[in-house]
Amino acid sequence: MADYDRTLPGSQQAFSRRKTLSQFLHLDLVLLTPLLVLVIGGLVVLYSGSDGDWGTVTRQLRNQAVAFSAMLFAAQIRLDTYRRWAPALFLVSICLLVLVPFVGVGAKGAQRWLSLGVVRFQPSEIMKLAMPLMVAAWFTRHTIPPKPAALAGALGLVMVPAALIVIQPDLGTSLLVAASGLFVIFMAGLSWWYIFGAVGLFVVSAWPAWLFLMKDYQKQRVLTLLDPESDKLGAGWNIIQSKTAIGSGGWSGKGWMQGTQSHLDFLPESQTDFIIAVLAEEFGLRGVLILLLVYLLIILRGFWIGLKAQTGFGRLLAGAITLTFFVYVFVNMGMVAGILPVVGVPLPLVSFGGTSMVTLLLGFGVLMAISTEKRVIDQ
Amino acid sequence: MPAGREALRDTHREAAINGARVFIAILIVFVALSGLAWRYYRLQIVEYDRFLTQSDRNRVRLEAIPPKRGLILDRKGRLLASNEPSHRLSVVVERVPDWAVLLDKLHGMIALDDEAIERFEERRRRRRPYDAVPLKLQLSDEEMAIIAVNRHDLPGVTIEAQLTRYYPYGELLSHAVGYVGRINERETAEIDEAAYRGTLHIGKVGLEKWYEDTLHGKVGFQNVETNAHGRVLRVLDSQPPVDGADLQLHLDLDIQRAAFDALGDQRGAVVAIDPNSGGVLALVSKPGYDSNLFVNGISNTDYSALRNSRDTPLLNRAVQGQYPPGSTVKPMFGLAGLEQGLVTPETTVPDPGWYTLPGDSRRYRDWILRIRGTGHAPQVNLQMAIAESCDVYYYDLARRMGIDAMAEALSPYGFGRRTGLDMTSEKTGILPSRAWKRSALGQPWYPGESLSVGIGQGYMLATPLQIAQATMVLANRGTSFVPSLVWRMNDKPVGFEARPPVLATPAHWNAVIAGMMDVVHTRRGTAAKIGRNLTYTIAGKTGTSQVIGIAQDEVYDEDEIAERHRNHGLFIAFAPVDRPEIVVAVLAENGGGSSAAYPVARAVLDAWFSETQHGGL
Repeated sequence: MADYDRTLPGSQQAFSRRKTLSQFLHLDLVLLTPLLVLVIGGLVVLYSGSDGDWGTVTRQLRNQAVAFSAMLFAAQIRLDTYRRWAPALFLVSICLLVLVPFVGVGAKGAQRWLSLGVVRFQPSEIMKLAMPLMVAAWFTRHTIPPKPAALAGALGLVMVPAALIVIQPDLGTSLLVAASGLFVIFMAGLSWWYIFGAVGLFVVSAWPAWLFLMKDYQKQRVLTLLDPESDKLGAGWNIIQSKTAIGSGGWSGKGWMQGTQSHLDFLPESQTDFIIAVLAEEFGLRGVLILLLVYLLIILRGFWIGLKAQTGFGRLLAGAITLTFFVYVFVNMGMVAGILPVVGVPLPLVSFGGTSMVTLLLGFGVLMAISTEKRVIDQ
Repeated sequence: MPAGREALRDTHREAAINGARVFIAILIVFVALSGLAWRYYRLQIVEYDRFLTQSDRNRVRLEAIPPKRGLILDRKGRLLASNEPSHRLSVVVERVPDWAVLLDKLHGMIALDDEAIERFEERRRRRRPYDAVPLKLQLSDEEMAIIAVNRHDLPGVTIEAQLTRYYPYGELLSHAVGYVGRINERETAEIDEAAYRGTLHIGKVGLEKWYEDTLHGKVGFQNVETNAHGRVLRVLDSQPPVDGADLQLHLDLDIQRAAFDALGDQRGAVVAIDPNSGGVLALVSKPGYDSNLFVNGISNTDYSALRNSRDTPLLNRAVQGQYPPGSTVKPMFGLAGLEQGLVTPETTVPDPGWYTLPGDSRRYRDWILRIRGTGHAPQVNLQMAIAESCDVYYYDLARRMGIDAMAEALSPYGFGRRTGLDMTSEKTGILPSRAWKRSALGQPWYPGESLSVGIGQGYMLATPLQIAQATMVLANRGTSFVPSLVWRMNDKPVGFEARPPVLATPAHWNAVIAGMMDVVHTRRGTAAKIGRNLTYTIAGKTGTSQVIGIAQDEVYDEDEIAERHRNHGLFIAFAPVDRPEIVVAVLAENGGGSSAAYPVARAVLDAWFSETQHGGL
């Protein structure tokens, strides 16, 4: 199809002339701009969060360079290729997940990493991308809205990797990976009856389980997860300190590099999961609102790309990637502010870390592929 | 690409479904992000004050800066009590994740005994969890280095530099200066805890206790910023402490040492006073102890050794020891007799070596009877009675004066009540009278008892300090000053307080003082032995007082008891006679007689005059 467009007689000259650099590189500038703002702003906050450590900042800069290269690469691949290769990618990811318990590398009491000599990576991160690709590809072979059989198959695709990640154990990532698959199903028009039915079933089954099946210590763990401040010295310490950091920032903040909570080591994980508290403390509510606005721009652009996508695959994928990104933002900012349980979710594109940066920008690369493919067709 | 299947799909319906879902998703995103914004608004705007306070409380800690304790110097500026730098290891309990682990690690690095840990536990109960509580005082340089190297591994552990009291002269000054010790539980209840934050020591005895408020100073405070590990990063603001005032004493280390050395192994006390100010030039009590033992907690063995010693080294004999003053009171009674018109300087009393009360056959013996078998002379006048310490003359005077007039006569010299010296634990002594005996013993007064008091025995008791004070009255012919140890505080003289004078006609003073001069300067004087090779004049008076029995609970030991039954020897003196510069009172406990005392006085006076002749002071 595309070959046909490009070789349309008589139009090739004009077509070539009108093609800008961004079009040539398959870049969506409306998406790219807030992304760049985010990572640059992120470096500024990270510099403070790492207590002025240039080493951390340059390593993050390197992470960003790698991630943007990955994004650029992902943007060049045609959607159809994604669709065709999705099952293979998914299978490889499953295999890697299966391997983790046997040859994985441990960190902090859980085995999540695979080592490839120089590079260590978490297969669960690849799954974050493989999952929506696979489920979206699944639905290109079935009608939309899904019939029960197709739905059951899709749920199976979601559950298997989620289960593999749970046993690592990494409940948080497992839920996020599952969510990225479920979002595809949601975008595919899953009947509201199913959605409300599932929620109802969860409530109905959880209540007796809570009353009769769970032991006291298990209940305690759930309660601590839901209300970390009840455990003032353990899990609660982090939340109390992060809330203090956020709250003491006020409207305009204490100023860059002036946050006492983060610079005096009261704030835990100030470079990674809790970096939003550094931003909130030093730049105040102003800074938080600007950050939310940038995230909102990215999310709205993601949905826009989905709406304008030419194929069902592109629509489902764009919606799911965007929703997943939103969930990261929401869960991280919510947990640091003490309204959600503390699960290990970094603040997208701001927290220090290479893997999540690469995974996220690969996702945006796919979004750009969707976005630019459409434009090529429009011509 | 399976184009066929794609073609079968209703792409418009799919797009519509997707559009609806995107719309709902956007709705969810808006609601969720608004929720986030609301949450951050709650934290950062609504609860801003609370969290700002919280974050300040996190990082800012109020720390006490203990003031530097005032120094104690002698009249020439020599340090008698100084502050030596030392380092102590303290622990902020709040910052210690695991106490057992920390103790384990510390055991591997420094010497820590159970007693120290016990004391730490006791102290930590009284402090707040964010206070640094001392665990080990006086770290050695090596221990400091080990701790410093392993600091990162010892959360909550800090090394604090502080000054510790040091008494360079130990026993020489133990009873003059006193000592500080660690604040104990009873004292914690009494002191203002805020004023002692950061201070470990408090004056326990002597000057250190009497002048505690002056020496301690005023505690300062600083707000410091700390990180989550309790490490102090910077000082935000501070109110500096006011250091304790330095005390300069009248005491002259040279005189003190002369008295101390002259006493030798003799138990006893020496008090020397400047009669022109009441300033105490020397205050010795022997035996003493090393005051430094008490500063950081005396060990149980050391303490029981001091406590149980028969020589009672902890007793400050100069102000707490109460002894019959013996014949040292004779000049004062003599003056009273002259003033009351009972005698004149020319009045003589026959002295066969003993005395009887009218209508009583009991003989009151003169001490000389045992030696010569007869009295001092057929007729004895006042001057001779003082010079040779004639008891018969004073028996007669006492009988004629009566006990109440005697008590009244001696009262202005300060007997029977505290002198008011700036020193703790001073005892009052006893100035007997009818009223005193009735209230203290519930008994009437017998005339024979007046005779004993007439020679400074019987019920009469006085401290060496009181005797020295009375001597000052004689030296100044009536005027005197409240004895004081401290001359200047922070280089400002504290002044001195005059006592009510003893009034007498000059002729009467002359008669008494002539007798006292004869004690030293005539061949028949009782202290004639120290009258040789003098470059100055001395007026003195010897005294010997009998020891009454021994306590029932003491172990029977023949040699010991014999030694402890021996008489106390006393000697009072002032010099030079016409313009007195120094007054001295010496007590030689169980010294046998005054011969154990007057050489000490001579040594003290020699020390004083050798110095003035050499232009010192």
